[in-house]
Amino acid sequence: MITRADFEAIAAWIPEGARVLDLGCGDGSLLAYLKETRKVEGYGIENDGASIVRCIQTGVNVIQMNIESGMKEIADQSFDIVILSQTLQAMKRTERVVADMLRVGREAIVTFPNFGYWRHRMQIAIGGRMPVSNDLPYQWFDTPNVHLCTIADFEAFCLDRKYRLLGRMVFNHDREQTHLPNLLGTLALYRFTRGT
Amino acid sequence: MHFAEPLQLASGATLSEYSLAFETYGTLNADKSNAVLICHALNASHHVAGTYENQPKSEGWWDNMVGPGKPVDTDHFFVIGVNNLGSCFGSSGPLSTNPATGKPYGAKFPLVTVEDWVDSHVRLLDELGITQLAAVMGGSLGGMQAMCLSYRYPTRVRHSIIIAAAPNLSAQNIAFNEVARQAIMTDPDFHGGNFEAKNTLPKNGLMVARMIGHITYISDDQMETKFGRGLSKNPSGEGLKFSFEPEFQIESYLRYQGEKFSRYYDANTYLRVTKALDYFDPAAQHGGDLAKALSPATARFLVISFTTDWRFSPARSREIVKALLDDNKNVTYAEIDAPHGHDAFLLDNALYHRTVGAYFEHAVKLGKGQPS
Repeated sequence: MITRADFEAIAAWIPEGARVLDLGCGDGSLLAYLKETRKVEGYGIENDGASIVRCIQTGVNVIQMNIESGMKEIADQSFDIVILSQTLQAMKRTERVVADMLRVGREAIVTFPNFGYWRHRMQIAIGGRMPVSNDLPYQWFDTPNVHLCTIADFEAFCLDRKYRLLGRMVFNHDREQTHLPNLLGTLALYRFTRGT
Repeated sequence: MHFAEPLQLASGATLSEYSLAFETYGTLNADKSNAVLICHALNASHHVAGTYENQPKSEGWWDNMVGPGKPVDTDHFFVIGVNNLGSCFGSSGPLSTNPATGKPYGAKFPLVTVEDWVDSHVRLLDELGITQLAAVMGGSLGGMQAMCLSYRYPTRVRHSIIIAAAPNLSAQNIAFNEVARQAIMTDPDFHGGNFEAKNTLPKNGLMVARMIGHITYISDDQMETKFGRGLSKNPSGEGLKFSFEPEFQIESYLRYQGEKFSRYYDANTYLRVTKALDYFDPAAQHGGDLAKALSPATARFLVISFTTDWRFSPARSREIVKALLDDNKNVTYAEIDAPHGHDAFLLDNALYHRTVGAYFEHAVKLGKGQPS
């Protein structure tokens, strides 16, 4: 699901040498990529033991922690950029997690599968069933994705909280999608900060 | 190994001369860059791994962790196990002869601290010609030594592995230690620590001290699973004796453990080791700021805790992790799901061992280079 296109898009937003925190870092491959291409320093946060072993093998600093716990071990504004890649939709306390991202970091990058993609809409509107696709491969009763949203939803969420958007990129699989993004995009990437 | 140069201790006392018992496993490489120092906890020794010839029950205390093909792989690393000063397994301690009197030190052996131990370990490294350890590693009190070495002698170590430890003891931890010490010191056979001269041993006191300690090493759940309310003679729990003889399995188990311990451990050592634990508090000299205390360290850190450890809970390890994060150190932290409580750091656990093994494999890859 995580593609090289995501990695490159995220990397394009990261200044060289930035201090980065990657929430839900999995096997650490994004951080390893950013270390190599952007010379970042930083840590991954992960709560799965087997993934932590893989991060160690990859040579990525990783801290075992539940990112929904408040992350109190991480000081305010101690990172330049906090990344939440393809994990937003699996959060129970979405609002708190995003608020914490902007507590510990100056900027946040969030990527998520766009629930507004037309094929998903069709599956509900015409088929009358919850969408199942390559992008959302789970059945409704057995999915980690408890808080799916559309591009329009996420922008309204940011607007309500006065988050300032610094960048948006939408992909249809590996291609960038600029036309009708909420209808034709499968993956959304946002870069934002706290409003002043 | 004997050291003729005096060692200044934190208490103000000086050891005019002393010995350190140590064992090694694996081979020191040509540039002496592959050494790993293993620090022991309360009652262990320098005998970390392997089994002595013709002594089948002499397996080292961390044999599941250290050895050829094991997480700390002695095919790659030269592992040093050292016995702490003040102990009773070969290094200078209360049972050793006081050079000033020609008699055993007994109660006269000075109080030692984690810092004193680390200072003495570094002298051992000097003698072995090891200017920089690949890693220092320890569990519990051993983890405190690993932490201490990394900020006290930053250039001497590339990796610091701190397992099931804490940045200091809580009031509850100190309370348990104090009860254990009182058990020893109020034993009529203790004689103010000079029991050797009286040809006695504070056996009961030591036994009770060990029983108390042992309770804190095991999780409530684990104790329940292992013993429950089972009776020694009748596991179904029927037929109470209405006496104070040990009836419940947990009673017999604790007495057995305490009894065994009292036969091989020295009471004066127990007092000193628990006191060293109580005193350890690197943040104290920095206004309670642990990050400041750890800031001189340049090593990479691996911190590990166990979910059911209530002696040094994961929250205590997270304090260490927080300080290292505040300092922007290279740190990895794993919280291993294990049912056993504090003792988990000594036991077999696939994920725990894979985590440590992966860390050491990566350390081999990093080599002597500075952290990338």
